[in-house]
This record gives sequence, structure tokens and C-alpha cells, in this order.
Amino acid sequence: MHEHTNLPTPATSSHHADTSCASVLDVEDLTVSIGGRMLLQGVTFALQPGQLCGLIGENGAGKTTLLRSLIGVQPSPHGQVSISGLSPRKSRDLVGYVPQKINFSPDLPLRVYDLVQLGCDGHRLGPRWFSRRLHQQVMAALDAVGAQDFAYQRIGELSGGQQQRAVIAHALARRPRLLLLDEPLANLDFRSANELAGLLGHLTRVHGIAVLVTAHDMNPLLPVMDHIVYLAKGRAASGSVREVVQSATLSKLYGYPVAVIEHGGRVLVLPHADAKVGEDGCYLMPNGSTSGGQA
Amino acid sequence: MLNWLAHILHWSFLRSGSVQTALLVAGCAAVVCAVIGVFTILRGYAFAGHALGDVSSAGGSASFLLGISPLAGFLGIAGIAAVSLEFLGVRRAREQDVATGIVLGAGIGLSALFLYLDTTTTNTTGTAVTVMFGSMFTFPASLRLPAMMTAAAALIMMAILYRPLLLSMVDPELATTRGISTRWVGLLHLLTLAAAVALAALSVGAVLASALVIGPAGAAVRISRRPGVAILLAMLLGLTAVWGGIWMAYESYYWFAGRAWPVSFFVVTIIFLSYLTSVPLQYVRRRRIVRAMPMAAHAGG
Repeated sequence: MHEHTNLPTPATSSHHADTSCASVLDVEDLTVSIGGRMLLQGVTFALQPGQLCGLIGENGAGKTTLLRSLIGVQPSPHGQVSISGLSPRKSRDLVGYVPQKINFSPDLPLRVYDLVQLGCDGHRLGPRWFSRRLHQQVMAALDAVGAQDFAYQRIGELSGGQQQRAVIAHALARRPRLLLLDEPLANLDFRSANELAGLLGHLTRVHGIAVLVTAHDMNPLLPVMDHIVYLAKGRAASGSVREVVQSATLSKLYGYPVAVIEHGGRVLVLPHADAKVGEDGCYLMPNGSTSGGQA
Repeated sequence: MLNWLAHILHWSFLRSGSVQTALLVAGCAAVVCAVIGVFTILRGYAFAGHALGDVSSAGGSASFLLGISPLAGFLGIAGIAAVSLEFLGVRRAREQDVATGIVLGAGIGLSALFLYLDTTTTNTTGTAVTVMFGSMFTFPASLRLPAMMTAAAALIMMAILYRPLLLSMVDPELATTRGISTRWVGLLHLLTLAAAVALAALSVGAVLASALVIGPAGAAVRISRRPGVAILLAMLLGLTAVWGGIWMAYESYYWFAGRAWPVSFFVVTIIFLSYLTSVPLQYVRRRRIVRAMPMAAHAGG
């Protein structure tokens, strides 16, 4: 892991963000339906600066839809989303977004540096002229994710973990206050996933960025995560990691037996295929404990 | 200036007015195709680019029938086809080939009609050969200004769109989150692609237009690490192909005992050879990267 130097302090938005606002993200009674199907209903939660929050739920629970609503891509007829006191459309400068896996072709003539540069000014029209300030901004973002070593390589020729770092640097280029990541650990090996989780923890602790991350495998994130929002049947509930990461709660959420074990000082979440259905309809673990999931 | 260059180099062919017009028009086509071709390849629109070339043959043949400028004919039909592609769903991966195929079929059908009317009313097949395979040495001098203006308009549009188009190409969702309308950017790209195709169709013919749009850009994308460098390299390859092709066609009159070969053949051959050369160059570049950082591929994931 690289030693990260300081990412410049979060940007001042051109839309005069409310800096006195305690929460970076406020979601209130958000309701989203697509094609007549209600995907999210009355979702309410908040995120503070420097908080790393996991967004969990089974496939199709609406995690990606929720993230898309937060960035203003998915219209939400009911409810309110506020980012540092601004609507999603007015707070684009304050939000960094890392979408689900981007397929970078090895033939794509684009270096990591170029991608991060696009994070700064990709929305602007007209040719780009050299700017020392822009260069410094790009280098700071690369430095924050430890991507300086491969900054001048074609992005399509890098490993999955390096590509993911590059995309996070792209998202950080405008010095956001809120970073949204959609399944950033998918398709990464153990080492890359753990390093990336460590990087996210570093961004929250050192730079004070609020991070909302979706993940199916939450184990690499557990050591750095301090809050969890979980989605089930369109509704959301949230709590601290200690409150949510329990066998009963997770089994109920996923509708599948889930064991929470401690090993080497770390908490691990594992699917528990050996669990049986008890008389009360709950999963009965082999060690005799029960979980809340209805079989 | 060309006369001066011809005098210095003792190149008689540069003194010919028709050669000068061919060099200018084909040069405009090569530069515009290089810029737009790189983005066309990166967006996965190579087939759409080829289809626009074929469809534009309807405009070329209609222009002979109506007695208007061939550039206007190629440009008009290619532009209509570009808009049709966008509205038929060329941006959606699953519908891209279907939309392109439908527009291609309609355009070729029109082209068949116009070429039939051309040959039956003028009683010559020369129009078909000119439209399909180009005829650079027959360009009138009056074509210089419209060709340069078309090229300038396309280049200005690409300079304006450069960054949003690049970001849309990396990931459309990422671009949308930055407030970029990927639909408008896509439509404007297709319209500039239509301009490039029209200039290429005019130069090397409608059937071979895709060679000029895709070939130099395809070779450049394989070799370069940066989009800007890829564009410059594609320009160099494109200009080498068209200017080299014009020179070879002119000189071939002496090589083959008074029977000059067509310019388009030489242009496309140079493009094909440059693309073939890019394959081992790409291999060498990748090998160099792997050798330079044997462990770095794992560092950081």
C-alpha cells in the first residue's frame, strides 16, 4: 500500500453548498418505481462526513437504483435527496461516482492520467489547454489512491485492482465530499479487495470524505465500515455495523442462512449451507443457534 | 505553394491543377477521417461508419442525376442516415447492428435506383464507377472551397465535443453523472462522422470510404497510448495514404505503359499495409511494458 499524501481539501461548489449542514447526504422518504414496479419505498437515511457506509441487500433489492437516484440519473417522484444541502443535479461537483465494472479494452488509447484528467474537466466543451493547476489536481487524486506508479500506462492493460483505483482517482479528481461506489470489490482477488477496502477507509479517515459503497461480499469492508444501510423489499433500514452484522439480521435480510463468526480478531460473514429449518421457521445453525431468516 | 514545391523537387505532377485539387480535397478527407475515425473506433461504431459510406452512394448517384455538387449529395444522404441511425437505436449495443443494417439496406436500395436512372438516362456506366470507387483526378477546382469548409466545420465540432465525447466513450453512465447528454453528444458525433464519410466517399468512392475512416485510425489506436497521439498518428497515416496514392496513380501511367491505375487502389493498399504493420508494433509495445514492470502488474491489485 502506498503512502498517500494529502488530497486537497474538499472543493467549494460553484453552487454555494451549505457548509454548515452536518450531514453530507440526507435521503428522506425516497420512492422510486421503474416500469410500474416499486423498487424503493420511503427510504430514509443520512451520512456524516468521514463516515464509511455499506449499502447491502440481495440482488434486485435496488442498490444500484438508489445510487443512481443519489446522482440524479434516476428520477425519483417522491422524497428528497440532499447533498450538503443541495439537490443531486446542483451538487455534481460534490459527488464522486464509481460505477459497476467498466470494461476497458486493452486497445483503448487512454492512460490512467487521462482518465483522471477527464474527472476534472470531462464535462467541459472545447479543447483543453495545459494548466499547472489541472496537473496538480490530477496528481493529487492519483496520489490519494496510490496510482502514481502506473499513471502513464494504458488503463486497459492494468489489473482489475489497478483499474478500480484509477476509476476512484477519476471520481476523486474534483475533490468530492461524497463518494458513491457500486460494487467496487466485484471480480477482485483477496489482496486487491482488501487493499481497496483499506483505501476507502483511508479516504474517510484522512480526507473526511463520506463514502457509500455497495458490496455483496462485505468481509473486506467490515474492518473499515462504521454504518450499514440495508435494503429489503424496497424498504431500507440502517444501523451500526455491530447492530446489523448479526446472523439473525443478515439471514432475515437475505432470506438465506448467514453465519457471523469471529476469527483472528476479525468478524466474517459467511453463507451457511448446513443450516436447517427450525420449528419456528427460523434457520437452525449446526452449533444450535438460530437465525432470523424465514426458510 | 505546390507550384513552388514542384519546382524545388522537380515533381511535374504537382504542377497539374487537377492533381492539386485532388491533393487538397483528399488531404481534407484524410485529416477529418483521422480525427473522427479514432472516436468512431473507440465507440465501437466501425460498422456504422462503413454503412454510412455505402449509404452515401445514394447521395452521390442522385447528385449526378440532378446535376448538383457530388459533395452535397454525399453529405446530404450521409447526414440523413446518421440521424436515422441515432433514432433507430444505434447507441444500444443490442440494437446497433440491426439499426445499421436497416439503414444500410434502405440506402443501398436508393443507390440502386439512382444508379439505374443514371445509366439509363446518360447511357454510361462511368457514374457508377465514380460514385463507388472515386475519381480524384476529375475533381473540378470549384470543389476546393466546399471541401475545405466541410472539413473545417467537422474539425471545429470535434474540438468542441472532444472531452465530453471521450468521457462518453469511456463509460456513458459516468458521462451522464457529469451532466453530459450522451444522446446529443452521440448524435453530433454521428453527424460529424457523416461529414467525414462524405469527404472520404468523394475521394476514394462510397464503397471504399470506410477504409479511409477506419483504417488509419485503427492502426493508430493499436500503437498509441493517448487519444491525442492516436489522432495525430492517424492523420499522418491518412495523409501518407492519400497523397502517396495520388502520386503512385499519377506515376503508374509511366510504369504500366500508358495505362494509369486507379488512385483508390493505391490509397486502400497503403492503408491496408499500414494496418498490417501496426499489428507487430502493438505486440512489441505490449512486450516492452511487460518487461519493464514484471511485478508492478500485481502491485496495488
